[in-house]
Amino acid sequence: MAELKFRNRRRLDLLGLLPFLAYVAVFLGVPTISVVVGAFQDDAGGWTLSNIGAAAGDPYLHAFVVSTEISALTAVVGAIVGLAIAFAVSASPPGGVLRQVVSTASGVLAYFAGVPLAFAFIAAIGSQGLVTKWLGAVGLDISGFSLFGFAGITLVYLYFQIPLMVLVIFPALEGLRPQWQEAASNLGASRWQYWRLVGGPLLLPPFLGALMLLFANAFAAYATAAALTNGIIPLVPIQIAAVMSGNVAVGQENLGNALGLGMILIVGLALAGYAWMQRRTSRWLR
Amino acid sequence: MTAVADLTVATQGPRRKLGKGRVAAWLVLVIAALYFLIPIAASVEFSLRGVHDTHDLSTWENLFGQPGFLDNLITSLELAAGTVVITLVLMVPTTAWVHLRLPKLRRLIEAICVLPLVIPAVVLANGVLVAFRGGPNWLTGTPVILALEYVVLALPFTYRTLDAGLSSIPLTTLVEAGRNLGASWLTVLLRVVVPNLRTSILNASILSAAMVLGEFTIANLLLMNTLPVWTVQAGQQDGEVATAASMLILIVTWALLLLMSVFGQRGARRTGRSG
Repeated sequence: MAELKFRNRRRLDLLGLLPFLAYVAVFLGVPTISVVVGAFQDDAGGWTLSNIGAAAGDPYLHAFVVSTEISALTAVVGAIVGLAIAFAVSASPPGGVLRQVVSTASGVLAYFAGVPLAFAFIAAIGSQGLVTKWLGAVGLDISGFSLFGFAGITLVYLYFQIPLMVLVIFPALEGLRPQWQEAASNLGASRWQYWRLVGGPLLLPPFLGALMLLFANAFAAYATAAALTNGIIPLVPIQIAAVMSGNVAVGQENLGNALGLGMILIVGLALAGYAWMQRRTSRWLR
Repeated sequence: MTAVADLTVATQGPRRKLGKGRVAAWLVLVIAALYFLIPIAASVEFSLRGVHDTHDLSTWENLFGQPGFLDNLITSLELAAGTVVITLVLMVPTTAWVHLRLPKLRRLIEAICVLPLVIPAVVLANGVLVAFRGGPNWLTGTPVILALEYVVLALPFTYRTLDAGLSSIPLTTLVEAGRNLGASWLTVLLRVVVPNLRTSILNASILSAAMVLGEFTIANLLLMNTLPVWTVQAGQQDGEVATAASMLILIVTWALLLLMSVFGQRGARRTGRSG
């Protein structure tokens, strides 16, 4: 009797999740499955691998290469600069103003992506930009620097990559206890030895994890590049948008799905790596 | 004695080196500050440009009169409000229920809520277009679909915020007390859980509203008109107007943050007095 009642209650408990599960299934599950299934279908609904084949060939392969290059470059530079900032802040006294400012600013600036960011950079170093004018006044012509090319996109992406790195790596850096360094120096270790044998190995997993998070973040980004370049630069998300708005040959309507599947796989892999590294970090953090 | 000597060496060693380290640290911070502040300052300057190298408020004065601007601003604000309402109605009871009755499923629910991070917004938009192609017009032909999808996009942040809030209060005790005193589930939810979760609910609302106000990808690809979409279109003709509009997106976001935190503090004070 009690057993039966318990089982009924358990079933009723699960029923409480129904609205949430139904919502996620309809508004996340159905669109995602449509993309995955559509990647393997032709226009008539029959099964085919031609979309995958087209997505893995030019010009789309080139888009994957450019997207990967920009994501990797902004991840590496963003991670190094972010780490340097986090280091600089962690040297300041705890509870100080500097910490407060940097952590608040990082939170806000990691949000400052997309349309406003694109226009901010156009206002700064676009052809009519403030910095362009200043430098022009002192005889430095940077109008040859295209904000809409590879270097420009990299410079702009770093604006949200660096704050994200600070947000992610700072807890790990703070988690390195001063006692460990004191213990190392009491045992006769130099600063360099401490970082090579204790601090470095401890920080490596969170650093690699953050690197992968930043990579996924840049790879998935669309709004900034679209607003900045008007869709000129060949990134994968830009290509998907072009396919969606019908700029594609007849019979390739499902190409966008195949490209989308590629994006899901790459972003998913990077985030899985991040999660794995996070788990390793959580062993000693706190 | 030796221990004391060691201690002084240990404290003096790093301090002597700090001189060089300090300079490097400040150099990094100053360069970073310049990199992050210049685009914002340039935006302000750009939006204040008048004719012939003068500066005035004309762009800002004309902004609200620009065709379509006000409509899209209102759409974006409505979207933000709609997203927040749906998020709270869906997620507050769900997370509270999981904490109370299904704590073993917390990891699973968290995993589901993180899934939207794996699906890039472009891909989600593409999926929505494919999946709901034949859908009713009130759903796919209006911004309603945007609000529904924004709830999904915000899930990773809203879930984490609410989950953290629920973990920090004695939820089971509070709910059992309420139930034992004869309150219905709804009463317990609205008068016990919600007031105790005030800060988390506020933060979740702020995060989702801020995300919605700046969201461009899905709105643009589903051919909806929102303030960011309008801004990009305006930018093709008039850089000053677009820059002013994108500054406004930032200002509205920040003002919202401020307004909500003021309300949050006032709410906290009120319950503090009665309790």
